[in-house]
Amino acid sequence: MFGATLLLAMRELRRHVLRSFLTTIGIIIGVAAVITMVTLGKGVTASIEQQIASLGSDVLIAFPQPIDDSRPPRPFKDGDVAAVREQLAGVRSVAGEVNQAVQAFHNGQNWSSQVEGVSNAFMDARGIGLDQGRRFTTAEEQSGANVCIVGPTVIKEIFVAGESPLGEQMRLNDVSCTVIGVFATRAQGAQNSDDDNSVFMPIKNVQRRFTGQDTIGYMVISYDPAYKSSSIQQSLIDLLRERRLLQPGEQNDFNIIDSAQVNDAVKTAVGTLTVAVAAIAGISLAVGGVGIMNIMLVSVTERTREIGIRLAIGALAKEVQLQFLTEAVVLCCFGGLIGIALAFGLSIGLATLIEVPFVFDPTINVGSFLFSAVMGIVFGYYPARRASRLDPIDALRHE
Amino acid sequence: MPGEPLIQLEGITKTFGRGDAAFQALKGIDLEIERGDFVAVMGPSGSGKSTTMNILGCLDVPTSGVFRFKGIEVQALTADQRSLLRRRYLGFVFQGFNLLARTSALENVELPLLYRGEKKPERREGALKALDKVGLVPWADHTPGELSGGQQQRVAIARALVTDPDVLLADEPTGNLDTERSLEIMQLLTELNRAGITILMVTHEAEMAAFARTIVHFRDGLVERIETGHRSGAPVSN
Repeated sequence: MFGATLLLAMRELRRHVLRSFLTTIGIIIGVAAVITMVTLGKGVTASIEQQIASLGSDVLIAFPQPIDDSRPPRPFKDGDVAAVREQLAGVRSVAGEVNQAVQAFHNGQNWSSQVEGVSNAFMDARGIGLDQGRRFTTAEEQSGANVCIVGPTVIKEIFVAGESPLGEQMRLNDVSCTVIGVFATRAQGAQNSDDDNSVFMPIKNVQRRFTGQDTIGYMVISYDPAYKSSSIQQSLIDLLRERRLLQPGEQNDFNIIDSAQVNDAVKTAVGTLTVAVAAIAGISLAVGGVGIMNIMLVSVTERTREIGIRLAIGALAKEVQLQFLTEAVVLCCFGGLIGIALAFGLSIGLATLIEVPFVFDPTINVGSFLFSAVMGIVFGYYPARRASRLDPIDALRHE
Repeated sequence: MPGEPLIQLEGITKTFGRGDAAFQALKGIDLEIERGDFVAVMGPSGSGKSTTMNILGCLDVPTSGVFRFKGIEVQALTADQRSLLRRRYLGFVFQGFNLLARTSALENVELPLLYRGEKKPERREGALKALDKVGLVPWADHTPGELSGGQQQRVAIARALVTDPDVLLADEPTGNLDTERSLEIMQLLTELNRAGITILMVTHEAEMAAFARTIVHFRDGLVERIETGHRSGAPVSN
């Protein structure tokens, strides 16, 4: 009986293909909008998570920040790094970084890149691995040797493809160095800069030969996850204020980012936005449902005589009700399916456009489909009930 | 109970509307119909014949009085119980044929079996058997729009027959047909009656009523007179 009802409903909808399609547009748009918004929201979240992962996990990043824009910020110095390493509990390692734009030369070619003064500890904290070669030795770090670990972009641009770069000489501005390694591609940061377009040298060397100062750009503090991030942050702030001679009441002239906190904050923000936009799309679904109800009422009126025939033949009220309810549900389900297909295309297109990953979420797709089926029940109920309540005699007389 | 009439109407009244607008369509009908009878109901419009047919067809209930069908007091049943009664024992043929449009003859005839919950192969077999009785098997795949009026009415009769009903109710079955087609339909009804089905037919044409064994004349909401002893199927088409 139910199979027959289903077939009957399909046939009825096929008779009015255009009408059925137009009726379901509200559902189609609603479902497509909800799924697309949620999918893009997931994509944006994933993209931001990726960027934050580029900071490394369980790390704090401290960098100088001007209180007002008129004065440049006071930089950190080597002593600050040493103080944090020696005086703060729960700190595993501290690494400074300093960088400068340079021209890289090799094999008669030159390329705009940057030199980064780093250490093995920095690579650990930020989770940067090696593709080839080796890391710095302790001696190289302490003396600031002329050795470099080259980024994949630089390798691609000015090194000979297929030949090992290890042991080759290259020049950064007028400083020569020996290539000892190639670092693996890094998770890309938020800016459009290419983090792989870089050459690592021991920080001492960069301070001596490039910047000429013992300042550092920022420091990465890797901490023991057993410690609370907030307590480490507080002691870090206290220590840095003391070292920078800030009086009580004065603002911090530096900032600290916690990768985990940023992650949570961004996720919450994107989540809230997604829910808000999806809710607005949900209104379109409700409007679509009213459209379904309208067309079902029209259908009941049009087919009053048919209903009369069915009742005269011996159909029960609930059977007539089931028939019309099935039609409404089938109509909505078709709308849901088209909406899902549309959302699939839209999500992929938009994800490509705004450069976030396409994250297929089965839950929202299945959920939206079920929701459209429920819409069919909710908005088909009244018309179906009306059909089932018709008086067979009046219905048969209906012109 | 043996010997009990198939249908008994006792003091049936039917009032439409309320208060000043009330209209009493039936003013106390007493009528008994035997199993296997072929009854023609005649009378001018407004005489109450259609209202009576609706009550006999279990589509409507009387305002007062008792309607027994196979001993069941129909006026006491719910709408769904009356639906089940129609499904089981009654077949309907209407003046306007009332077939489902854009639906093949076969599927129209299958419809009552669908509501009986029969499986597809049984539905098909039953419907083809019924179409065979009315001589329309070759037209099984045609929709009503592709059939003549006479053929449509025969499909409607097949649909009424498919459940093997006790009673066939026909409301002006020849009202939309020319004389030749009308006589064909009456011939068919006569044959069905001879095969054992009780037929109740509303008509205003004496020529068609002449096929019946019993003719009930209505006037002003009452049974005016009953002619019995007609030889069913007497007139033969010329």
